[in-house]
Amino acid sequence: MTVVALDDKRREAAIWDLLEEVPDPEVPALSIRDLGVVRDVRVAENGAVRLAVTPTYSGCPATAAINLSIRDRLLRAGYDNVAIDTVLAPAWTTDWISDEGKRKLRDYGIAPPVGKAADEGAGRGTLFGADPDVPCPHCGSAATEKVSEFGSTACKAQYRCMDCLEPFEYFKCI
Amino acid sequence: MTTATDIDRKSLTEYLLRLGDTSLILGHRLSEWCGHGPVLEEDIAMSNIALDLIGQARLLYTYAGTVEGEGRDEDDFAFKRDVTDWKNLLLAEQPNGDFAATMVRQFLIDCFNVELYTSLSKSTDTELAAIAAKSLKEVTYHRRHSGEWIIRMGDGTDESHRRVQRALDDHWIFVDELFETDALDAAIVAAGIGPDLKSLRPAWDSMVDRVLAEATLTRPQTDFPRSGGRTGSHSEYLGFILSDLQFMQRAYPGMEW
Repeated sequence: MTVVALDDKRREAAIWDLLEEVPDPEVPALSIRDLGVVRDVRVAENGAVRLAVTPTYSGCPATAAINLSIRDRLLRAGYDNVAIDTVLAPAWTTDWISDEGKRKLRDYGIAPPVGKAADEGAGRGTLFGADPDVPCPHCGSAATEKVSEFGSTACKAQYRCMDCLEPFEYFKCI
Repeated sequence: MTTATDIDRKSLTEYLLRLGDTSLILGHRLSEWCGHGPVLEEDIAMSNIALDLIGQARLLYTYAGTVEGEGRDEDDFAFKRDVTDWKNLLLAEQPNGDFAATMVRQFLIDCFNVELYTSLSKSTDTELAAIAAKSLKEVTYHRRHSGEWIIRMGDGTDESHRRVQRALDDHWIFVDELFETDALDAAIVAAGIGPDLKSLRPAWDSMVDRVLAEATLTRPQTDFPRSGGRTGSHSEYLGFILSDLQFMQRAYPGMEW
C-alpha cells in the first residue's frame, strides 16, 4: 500500500472516497457517506483507520451491516487495521443527508426529507403538527397523501400520489 | 464520558434497568403483533416501533452494564433475569388485547416517554443524555402514530369508540405508577441525572386530555391504582413474556448464532 506516503488530509480523503462506494444496506442507491452516518475519519501514518459512526435509529438492524460493509470495503483496499467507534451524540439527523444523497433517493423512488428536522411543521412527529407537503418522486405532483406513519423501515412513511397513483415511501425528517 | 459521581453505581444501574426494562417489555409486546396486524401497514408500523424500543433498551442495558462494572452485557440483562429482577412499568407488560387496547397502552406510554426523554436529554450524565436525545426523536413519531389512532378510533364508529373507551378504562389503573417516585428516584433527582417523575405529569395530562377531547373519549377515574413493577412486583403476565423471550437461553444456556 502507498497510504503511508500520503499526508493526513489526503489519507482521510482516500477513506472518504472508499466510503462513497459502501451502499446503505437498506437503500442501496445511497452510500453511507451520503447518509451522513460517518462522523469522523482518522488515518494514522501506519495506515490504521479509526472511524466514528452514528446509528440512524436506535433499533436500526442495518447498523451492524453498515459496520461490516465498511470493514469489508476498507479491507479490500488494503486497510487491515480498522477501528469503528459508535457515537450517539449528537444524534443522527436527516439534515446530514447530502444534497447528492437526496437526489439519489428521489431517483430511486423515495421522497427525500422535506425541510430541516429542527423546523416545526417539517413533520417532526409533533402530534398536532401538520404533515409536510411531500412531492411525488415519480411525477413531481404535490397532490400526495400519507397512507401510514411507518414504511418498510422505521425511517420511512408510506405515501401515495393522487395524480400518477403510484405508492411511494417518504424518508421522514428526524 | 462523564458520569455523575455523586450517585453510586448500584443506584444508577438500577435506574437504567427501570428505563430499559419498560422499553424492552413494551417492544416485545408490540413484536407479538408481527404477522398478526389488522392491516399490513399497521403490522409494519408496530414492528418498526418495536424495533425502536428494543434498540433503546439495548443502549440502556449496554450502558447499565458499563456502569455496573461486573461484566454483564445487554444479553445478560435481557435473558438471564427472572421476574422479580425486572423493573418495568406494569402498563408495559399488559397483554395486547385488541388493536384498541394496544394503541391505548402505547399512547399512554408514548406521551410519558416524550416528556421523560425530553427531560433526560438534559441529564448531567452525558451518556444517558445522548441515549435520551436519540430516543426522543423516535418516541415523538411513536406518539404521533398512537395519538392519531386514538383520535381515529375514538371519533370513529360506535364500535371503535366503545372499544377504545373500554381499553382506556381498563388501563387507567396503571397510569399513576408512571409518575410514582421512591428513594432511588430522589437520589437520581438529587444527582441531576433524571427528572422528578411527578413533575412530568402536568405536561402528560395536558397532551392526553387534548387527544381524548379530540377523540370524544372520556378520561377515566380510578380508585384502585396499581403499582409495583419498578420494584419487581409484577402482574402474572410478565412470567409468560419471559418464558417466550428467554426460551432459547434457558433451554440452551450461552448459545450464540
